[in-house]
Amino acid sequence: MLYFFEQFLNGIQLGMLLFLLAAGLTLIFGIMDLVNLAHGSLYMLGAYFAATFADWANSFLLGALLALAATAATGMLLEVVAVRRLYGRGHLNHVLGTFGLLLFFNELVRLIWGPAGMTLSLPSEMLNAVEVLPGLFYPLYRLVIIGVTLAVAVLMYFLIMRTRLGMLIRAGASNREMVGALGVNIKLLYTMVFGLGAALAGFAGLMQAPILTVQIGMGENILIAAFVVVTIGGIGSIRGAFVASLLVGLADTVGRTFVPDLLHSFLSESASSSLGRALSSMMIYLVMALVLIARPEGLFPAAGK
Amino acid sequence: MAEALLEIEGLTKRFGGVIAADEISLMLPAGELHAIIGPNGAGKSTLIGQLTGEVTPDSGRIRFDGQEITSLPVYRRSQLGLARSFQVTTLFPDFTALDNVALSVQAHSGHSFRFWSNARSEIALSEPAQTALAKVGLAERAATLVADLSHGERRQLEIAMALAGRPRMLLLDEPMAGMGPEESIRLVERLRALKGAITVMLIEHDIDAVFALADRISVLVYGRIIATGVPAAIRSDPAVRQAYLGEGAADG
Amino acid sequence: MSPPAKPSVKTGWSIGIVTPRIGLNIAVIATLAVVPAYAGLTGNAFALTLFTRVVILAIAALSLNLIMGFGGMVSFGHAAYLGIGGYAVGILAKEGIGSGFVQWPIAIGAAALYALVVGALSLRTRGVYFIMITLAFAQMIYYVAIGLDRYGGDDGLTIYRRSGFDGLIDLSNRTVFYYLCFGLLLVGIYLVWRIVNSRFGMVIQGARSNERRMRAIGFPTFRYQLVCFVIAGAMCGLAGALLANHTNFISPAMMHWTRSGDLIVMVVLGGMQAIFGPLIGALTFLLLEEGLSRVTDYSNLILGPFLLLVAISWQGGIDGLIAGTRRG
Repeated sequence: MLYFFEQFLNGIQLGMLLFLLAAGLTLIFGIMDLVNLAHGSLYMLGAYFAATFADWANSFLLGALLALAATAATGMLLEVVAVRRLYGRGHLNHVLGTFGLLLFFNELVRLIWGPAGMTLSLPSEMLNAVEVLPGLFYPLYRLVIIGVTLAVAVLMYFLIMRTRLGMLIRAGASNREMVGALGVNIKLLYTMVFGLGAALAGFAGLMQAPILTVQIGMGENILIAAFVVVTIGGIGSIRGAFVASLLVGLADTVGRTFVPDLLHSFLSESASSSLGRALSSMMIYLVMALVLIARPEGLFPAAGK
Repeated sequence: MAEALLEIEGLTKRFGGVIAADEISLMLPAGELHAIIGPNGAGKSTLIGQLTGEVTPDSGRIRFDGQEITSLPVYRRSQLGLARSFQVTTLFPDFTALDNVALSVQAHSGHSFRFWSNARSEIALSEPAQTALAKVGLAERAATLVADLSHGERRQLEIAMALAGRPRMLLLDEPMAGMGPEESIRLVERLRALKGAITVMLIEHDIDAVFALADRISVLVYGRIIATGVPAAIRSDPAVRQAYLGEGAADG
Repeated sequence: MSPPAKPSVKTGWSIGIVTPRIGLNIAVIATLAVVPAYAGLTGNAFALTLFTRVVILAIAALSLNLIMGFGGMVSFGHAAYLGIGGYAVGILAKEGIGSGFVQWPIAIGAAALYALVVGALSLRTRGVYFIMITLAFAQMIYYVAIGLDRYGGDDGLTIYRRSGFDGLIDLSNRTVFYYLCFGLLLVGIYLVWRIVNSRFGMVIQGARSNERRMRAIGFPTFRYQLVCFVIAGAMCGLAGALLANHTNFISPAMMHWTRSGDLIVMVVLGGMQAIFGPLIGALTFLLLEEGLSRVTDYSNLILGPFLLLVAISWQGGIDGLIAGTRRG
């Protein structure tokens, strides 16, 4: 029972990380209609920047803040120099172009930081475990991740629903031409949205760096999961991204934990281990397939484009 | 009395709080040319959408040639003989005019699970296609890509495509839209020639054409048909004059 | 604004004139035909290996072009069929069934079956959802392969003997194998050409061009697109069987999603809706990859931006003209 709750928390944590990525993706998709395969690269850069800056500054917090700024800046620079030329060109062009960017960034990181990957250490207080339930100790840092990302989600909500920028974003998601006709500086809006997405991705990257990984190509797997989240949640919908990322995070974690055990009661050790691993990796795709069959536009599709 | 080819019963559709179709009922006898007029936003596109199958009605039924088609998919209704032309030209831009019409012919010439013979050299397809093009005056433009046709030519092609499948009934969605005066006159003549042979539902803004062609007219306002009758009756109907004609003919 | 009228469907990419294109195609075929002779004369065995790979991937790209270029269905999971075909050969070989007469039909059949399932579910979606769901289905198979401990799992599995054909043809002879692949490629190109211009092909192309109109004139587009999807999957499965034989090795990496990305690149580079396009694209891409890796250790620093430039400048065919519905 306690074990289940621990996995449940892990699922929430994964879900929140996915949300950070998916929120940026769905915004960029909803507003600029851009399929961005390089989003995972920004996630990777966030982690690498954080590892580097934290090392220089000898402070995790300072390193994280600098990394966040650096990733957002990189994102905006990327948008201005390259990405904006892809707008309006059709999804296949986006796939091709951002795929090229993905390859480029993996290679660039290998050139600058070498092939070995890096580590980012936490301040010692974070390493403690907190007793969340009687008898269940959960790492403080993982709780921090959940808490901070929830705060970001709330902030996003206020940004989107209560500010002028948010209103423009929402309007842009449902009717691009109208927003342009209103005399808003569309180019600037797009750059800022891209920068916001980059910041969120970088933030996710640096947050998970101490407990998971900082290595080349780290963006790819989670990018696909983020796309699955966006697809399930509905393109252009932050709310959808939130719900879907929790769903996916839980499905993945719970799947990985319990499916092999479940199979073990039917099959032999080796068969259930093989099949179990395969099936649990497939969980999120099965969920997506099921959702799309019932609702081909996702759970909360944004208003018509 | 001619048999009703198309029977619409209580067709209703809501989009959120907006009633786009409000208990629309209509009977079209075979061979009739029936015009639907009404101000912008009256629900004409929703009506066409429900008739063709692109929009699912909330309630109501549609019968075509005695057969219930309310839940049939778009392609099935077309196969049954209910063809439609689009208000905004919806063609195959990277194909030639001939290819476009030939596709329409092909859709009504049996199945297309033929993988070997060249479709463009099939006389059974190209001959009717050539004929259809000639009828709308596009014979010389047969080999031209649609992207290179003029707007008026594309509108003609729209009609030709709808006719190429030898439909029993034609749904024309504002065919005159964007046509010049000579082209409009030509289209009116073309439609006049069709009268009696094909049943036509004509949705149009061009009042002159409507009164010149229609056997009967229905007036659609806010999703409701407020009047149906012969042109003379519609012209003098006070409710119609107030709701529509009274505001002046140039509406949009 | 618009290019001069041509009497047939646009073929080729940004080159509007027909003749240089045909010349290029002939030159490429002629070059490929003499590769074994060249390799023999110069003792450059690597050239034979490289070009065998080009030919095999050209078959895979050819199948993708059928659904993507002509059909407008942007599948980001096509490498899955390469993997299925390859694994069919590898698994059967490991289980003692070394006959190509058994392995290859199963490779093709298994790939076709998976394509049927994927297509039936994916073709109900539109736009980017289609791209994502095809990607997801490829990922599923990828993870299944990783989980197959008995067949190498993540490390992959060596195939010690190539598919046997009872003495009819000896695949372990590299030259013979090359010509087999080359022959199959030519057959494939011919088949695609016939399919594309047939009634079936017209429906597929029409659905790419304007699916809404296709339905309006009476075509049940779904079933035709599904059949097309299955044909493409089957063809790619064959390519997978060839690839497994070529490398004497199978691994989940064959169906990693970046492999699907590579296939898309090949199709785009070569020209969508061009019959010989996939071959040109495969040749270009693989030679570029090979060439770059000799010049630098960091070839993607050049390849990446190159792809970006292609994406920015490439017009994409009918986009920008009257709106045509397209998946992806």
